Amino acid sequence: MRAVLKHVPRAAWLWGVPLVFLAVFFFLPLGAVFRLAVESWAGGMLFKWERVLRPLGFTFWQAGLSTLLTLAVGLPAAYIFARFEFPGKRLLRVLTTLPFILPTVVVAASFNALLGPRGWLNLLLMNAFGLDTPPIQILNTLGAILLAHVFYNTTVVLRVVGSALVQLDPRLEQAARVLGASPLRTLREVTLPLLKPALLSSALLVFLFDFTSFGVVLLLGGPRYATLEVEIYIQALQMLNLPLAGLLSAVQLTCTLAISVLNSRLGGRRAVPLAPRLRGEGTRPVKTWRERLLVGGLVVLLAALLVSPLAALGLRSMTRLEAARGERSAVQSGLTLDYYRELFVNRRGSLFYVPPIEAARNSLAYAGTTVLISLALGALAASALASPSRANRWLEPLLLLPLGASAVTLGLGFIVVFNKPPLDARSFPLLVPIAHSLVALPFVVRTLAPAMASIPRSLKQAAAVLGASPLRAWLEVDLPIIARAALVSAVFSFTISLGEFGATSFLARPETPTLPVAIYRFLSQPGGLNYGQAMAMATLLLVVCALGILVIERLGGETI
Amino acid sequence: MKAARNFLLVALFGLLLAACAPAATPAEPAGPTTLTVMTHDSFAVSEDLVRRFEQENNVKLVFAKSGDTGAALNLAVLSKDAPRADVFYGVDNTFLSRALQAGIFEPYASPLLADIPAEFKLDPANGALPVDYGDVCINYDKAYFAEKGLAVPASLDDLLRPEYKGMLVTENPATSSPGLAFLMATIAQYGPEGYLAYWQGLVDNGLVVASDWETAYYTNFSGSSGKGAQPMVVSYGSSPAAEVVFADPPREDAPTASIVGDNACFRQIEFVGILKGTQQRALAEKFVDFMLGTAFQEDMPLQMFVFPVNSRAKLPDVFVNNVQIPEKPATLDPVLIDANREGWIEAWTEVVLK
Repeated sequence: MRAVLKHVPRAAWLWGVPLVFLAVFFFLPLGAVFRLAVESWAGGMLFKWERVLRPLGFTFWQAGLSTLLTLAVGLPAAYIFARFEFPGKRLLRVLTTLPFILPTVVVAASFNALLGPRGWLNLLLMNAFGLDTPPIQILNTLGAILLAHVFYNTTVVLRVVGSALVQLDPRLEQAARVLGASPLRTLREVTLPLLKPALLSSALLVFLFDFTSFGVVLLLGGPRYATLEVEIYIQALQMLNLPLAGLLSAVQLTCTLAISVLNSRLGGRRAVPLAPRLRGEGTRPVKTWRERLLVGGLVVLLAALLVSPLAALGLRSMTRLEAARGERSAVQSGLTLDYYRELFVNRRGSLFYVPPIEAARNSLAYAGTTVLISLALGALAASALASPSRANRWLEPLLLLPLGASAVTLGLGFIVVFNKPPLDARSFPLLVPIAHSLVALPFVVRTLAPAMASIPRSLKQAAAVLGASPLRAWLEVDLPIIARAALVSAVFSFTISLGEFGATSFLARPETPTLPVAIYRFLSQPGGLNYGQAMAMATLLLVVCALGILVIERLGGETI
Repeated sequence: MKAARNFLLVALFGLLLAACAPAATPAEPAGPTTLTVMTHDSFAVSEDLVRRFEQENNVKLVFAKSGDTGAALNLAVLSKDAPRADVFYGVDNTFLSRALQAGIFEPYASPLLADIPAEFKLDPANGALPVDYGDVCINYDKAYFAEKGLAVPASLDDLLRPEYKGMLVTENPATSSPGLAFLMATIAQYGPEGYLAYWQGLVDNGLVVASDWETAYYTNFSGSSGKGAQPMVVSYGSSPAAEVVFADPPREDAPTASIVGDNACFRQIEFVGILKGTQQRALAEKFVDFMLGTAFQEDMPLQMFVFPVNSRAKLPDVFVNNVQIPEKPATLDPVLIDANREGWIEAWTEVVLK
């Protein structure tokens, strides 16, 4: 009886803070937009269901395909990262995280620099084989959308599944092998079932990210493809058709909720106890030639898929294309640092000029705050999820909803609702990291919850019996076990915040733009200098992010 | 206990970052009053002009940038009962009717209107006052045409000729404002009955469509830094001047120019208005006068790459030398635009993208 009484308030308290946060910063603004949409419906507006169903069908189709492809690349990569030591592993892991932060305009530009009709690859092939037309024509196809989604999201699989894999007790697999199971059977009957929560989590996150994809579809898919999110943007901001935009948002949110509920049903609650593992336990150097081939092949694949567009971008930021104009196949180039130098000059005395260091500082400040907010709230929600309760089944999918809300809708909502001090969108600087935290929170919860659920009760009880205070037990039992997951979620919140553009463009004050906002400012005007500076700023964003991730990993004791 | 310590370190690191976050606005300063100007992301102005205005009028100007033209106007309309700003700048003639219908502006007959030609004054009640204009035109790669010995097309009709097959890239009017403007130019030229046939002709002649201006200009267009495959792009009449101002390496003459035949360019006019319900009517009037005055009007071309409406304002040399201003730009009645925008775009989508 006492246990029940004690249990209920604890879960309620743990849920309380994150739910209040969601209510104020998610449901309130969203509700305001829906109310406006309904108010401006004005009775007789006619529309065809086709306008909703067509983008809906395409959204599911491309998200499903993208998720499968991402898993196909990410799972082997996660396995190899978790099981083998090889030179350059840490660097490669940081590099594979970087795509996650890039604004889509920049991704489009770097894909173009690599694969476009005048991209490095096409120029190379045309020169090598004396071709007249570029052999690779992937831009504006479904292929470009899928490729970009794999480029963006492989890191999610790599990190979420990878950290779970490292956390597995290697003795379980060893026991299976000793008992005579083949490696394949061990994988199928021991490793995969143990990984199921992490697998489902990462698949869900990747699917939802692809499901609400906006920039990739718009910029790389070209005008023939439209997801729900693209359609919402068109209706809300171009056609000013708020009712239809509201309806589309509602459909998108409903789908997100349904997918999340389904996912948590599939997941069940059969967490397997985890114990803190020693660093390096379960990993070994590459030995046989088969392993060399496996690891080497994967490294090459990751480099080609994830790192080469980044390299093309960095290269482009230091290349001046001097045209032999009109000569369509010969583009001469020269190396230059002018674009970086020019970033530091306010040539036209513009009021909104922002030095790159300051934009980087704004971005870092927002990202740091986002890490704090989302980790604090995520830890509360995840520990609530760890204690079994029927409410969890319904509350957990709720936490994932922000992933399904379009940045346009939420941005509009924020500005409509938060228009009076102290919560004034124009002056309250925390609104930007709060908006970022909404997106980061699902990642944090999804990464922390499996780790928290797996803490063996016996360990805690033992600590208590041996006289440890609850705080000490938490510090010495819980914390070491969840440290890895906490680290992964910190990296995610950090990168999500650094790269976010949609909501930031609504909420950030013009005097304090972030790096992505500054990149867009350059790209929105013609001129070689603007283009070069945009590429230079994007490269700076990459460097800032890479340093940030390295610092976080160093602080967390370089795990995963 | 290393993990716990590290965890704390992460938290501290975060706190440190949070500490250097942009400081919250301090409590209302006792000195100057604040005038808030709501505008779109492309707004730009020289710092010294703004500081001078602030000093002369003992005011602090706050610019609330609120997304692109559509987004900013949407916000102004949605918050009209509790206005978030005193002045709104940036509604253009394609959205003007929406703004006037919603009644977000208070009329103000600025004395400076006397210096502005009648063709720009689209709101007889003077709720929305014209500030600048710009033309959406087809830019072409000068070197390409010179090298191929190809004549530059002079009119919209010319674009259908086989020698220009596959040479034009435009933007989707559903997702891009220059794309929409070019669509309207064709409607002005061929009428609501004829424009779709014209677009069918363009499609048959290898028209390329991009989602946004950035892709069209920087990826597809051969005259820009992207060195793409199409030598003609739907862009702005002022783009050639920007190509000189932001040239790398520096150059005197623009690599591109505009096709300015009759109705080949669509004219966009941007307006400023005092938002209904402002507590700062007198200051707002002063700011509107400031925007219509010659100092600001002459600052605009190099800040926003638009043209002054004030006939006393002089254009900078780089504009005079590199920009072609159409004699007969295409225009459409804002009321007509507002009533048909969606229908036109949908019909266009059916013909061009299906």
